[in-house]
Amino acid sequence: MSDDGEESGGGVKAPPSDEKDDGEERAPDGVKAPSREEVVLDRIEAFRRRRPRLLEENITSAHGAGGKASAALTDAVFLEAFRNDTLAALSDGALLELPGGERLAYSTDSFVVKPLRFPGGSIGHLAVHGTVNDVAMMGAQATWMSVAFVIEEGFPIAELKAIVADMAEAATLAGVQVVTGDTKVVNKGAADGLYINTSAVGVVGSVELSPKQVRPGDKVLVSGTIGDHGVAIMLARGDLALEADIKSDTAPLNGLVEALLAAAPNTRWLRDATRGGVATVLNELARAAEVHVTLEESMLPVRGPVNGACEILGIDPIYVANEGKLVAVVPPDQAEAALLAMRTQPAGADAALIGEIREEPPGIVLINTGFGGNRIVDMLVGDPLPRIC
Amino acid sequence: MKFVDEYRDPAAARFAVEQIKALSGGKHLKFMEVCGGHTHTIYKHGIERVLPSNIELIHGPGCPVCVIPMGRVDDGIAVAETPGVIFTSFGDMMRVPGSNGSLLDAKARGADFRMVYSPLDALRIAKENPDREVVFFAIGFETTAPSTAVTLQKARAAGIDNFSVFCNHVTIVPPLKAILESPDLRLDGFIGPGHVSTVIGNRPYRFVPAQYGKPLVTSGFEPLDILQGIVMLLRQIRDGRCEVENQYTRAVRDEGNLRALRIMSDVFEVRPYFEWRGMGFISQSGLKLNEAFAPWDAELRFSVPGVRVADPKACQCGEVLKGVIKPWECKVFGTACTPETPIGTCMVSSEGACAAYYNYGRYNRTATIPVKSA
Repeated sequence: MSDDGEESGGGVKAPPSDEKDDGEERAPDGVKAPSREEVVLDRIEAFRRRRPRLLEENITSAHGAGGKASAALTDAVFLEAFRNDTLAALSDGALLELPGGERLAYSTDSFVVKPLRFPGGSIGHLAVHGTVNDVAMMGAQATWMSVAFVIEEGFPIAELKAIVADMAEAATLAGVQVVTGDTKVVNKGAADGLYINTSAVGVVGSVELSPKQVRPGDKVLVSGTIGDHGVAIMLARGDLALEADIKSDTAPLNGLVEALLAAAPNTRWLRDATRGGVATVLNELARAAEVHVTLEESMLPVRGPVNGACEILGIDPIYVANEGKLVAVVPPDQAEAALLAMRTQPAGADAALIGEIREEPPGIVLINTGFGGNRIVDMLVGDPLPRIC
Repeated sequence: MKFVDEYRDPAAARFAVEQIKALSGGKHLKFMEVCGGHTHTIYKHGIERVLPSNIELIHGPGCPVCVIPMGRVDDGIAVAETPGVIFTSFGDMMRVPGSNGSLLDAKARGADFRMVYSPLDALRIAKENPDREVVFFAIGFETTAPSTAVTLQKARAAGIDNFSVFCNHVTIVPPLKAILESPDLRLDGFIGPGHVSTVIGNRPYRFVPAQYGKPLVTSGFEPLDILQGIVMLLRQIRDGRCEVENQYTRAVRDEGNLRALRIMSDVFEVRPYFEWRGMGFISQSGLKLNEAFAPWDAELRFSVPGVRVADPKACQCGEVLKGVIKPWECKVFGTACTPETPIGTCMVSSEGACAAYYNYGRYNRTATIPVKSA
């Protein structure tokens, strides 16, 4: 971006006039000279297509929120330093080919949730489910897992035991074995209680899941109600004077993926809609696949209390994090089978068709509102913040 | 959701849109919605896509976080970075840029910033941390000012002296007047603010038709409220009437909320002038704590730079707000001023006119997507 405002349009401002409101009217007869408005719009488009720029001097919470700032950080710092084709795919994990031809999915994630225990689960459940799900989104069943703890001095051992018991329970249910680990203790104040990192690997089946597989006409499905986890955490922090019966949806999705892929073998693409919610993962898809996504607001499954809490806070549930929901793109003729298969699974009981893939305009996610209008669902710049006005 | 879905009924919306088409008869009319809450509803529900193209909505100055000038943000950050201070404000204040970053940046540098949902939460933090100075950065129109006032009354009653308020409350009538005073104004009517009017009532707007000859309809925040507000404006224009009307009768009374007004007058006094981002100084437009509450006034308790940071000269937010120019006609639009590095108020909020045009301008011009059931 240029910091020099003067270069824009030669500093000439179109004189304000009622007649000239629409730039396009001014094109001379027959010749399609771009209007000044066109020029400005073209410049914006060129700017938006550029790699995101990291402008800040320090890390802020926006860099961890999964939106534009996170993308800029990943691109400018990590991809820049580690550049290789596997990493450049920037998917949920790495797809690795073994000498024997087998393909391995490998993913890692760190967990820093506060509070450590919330309605519906704990950081222990999240740490197992998050990584198992990332591997599942690549079409693999996680088989082995590593676990690393960073623990603040003074942390109660009883609480650690309870969290580790949650992890063991979650791992058993998800069919993954914890095979290696690490523990670090830091000075009091150097960490906020407990952080967990997990990594997992699994063998990928015969499916080909990638944005490249996505075609216009494909259907967009979600495996259940959205926004439960993020709202449950916000309420559990206790600084909102709101009470509601909302539980985190944290759950392993590997069984669901297995059932889905069996019923819809040509499934194009899968993502678990964690940080940034359904809106963020679909924006990433629209950009990566250069397709357009149209959603129907009335078809989004949202629990009443979640909807109510979001309405009060001025937050859109479509941007709120989930920990046990995936978004799937499937060919139109397999959509029905995919939905039925997901609904047979405990984690997919509320699975729904929410939209479809179209050609134009590419890179954009649009939602038809229940009211009859529509709006663009853009990437968020940072965390969704409650509004006062 | 009960009592919400009724105001979002697509069939009723189609009916209202037909009425708007018939009443406007293709005439190009510009209405300003004054309140940021209305702008939010307009974007969230895609109201502009269902309106006929001859009805244009101009997004007004009513986003309370976006109008805070850079100098005040800088002062707030200076207080926030004072050792021992816990600095609190509403969430959407966090990203508003000052001359050297936002509160979010100050937090990243180590300031103890805590997002609250009510000034009472800030007071609770003060009670829980008696050895720390807790400051609430108060923002908003008459909508939020009463809750700040109640909090201050409680602080005084309970003798909590480690709590103070950095007051940036503003009032709605002066900026409305400033917009109406502009010689190059091109507006045909106003959708009056709903939440503010629940407090101040409808009477303060009578000067709008009386002195400036523009109709004003106070409207609610659901999409049907806004469409109904436009219908009422168009009926006034058709009938040759020009008055203040109330669409939001389920919440707004003519005289307002007398109790809230009394509490405000107990705590606040009007500043001689206050600066608005993009609009300059507007006299009698800001509130400060009065003499009786001076001990809780953060501006007196802390030394702040108090330096006025001029809006960048090239920024033309004022003209955009008055509907004089379109965002793309501003010199710095899309170059020096973008959603990631906003200069003016219209780019600060994602719902500001410039940010919305930046993100959706191209799309709005290419009508390749059939608008559902419009």
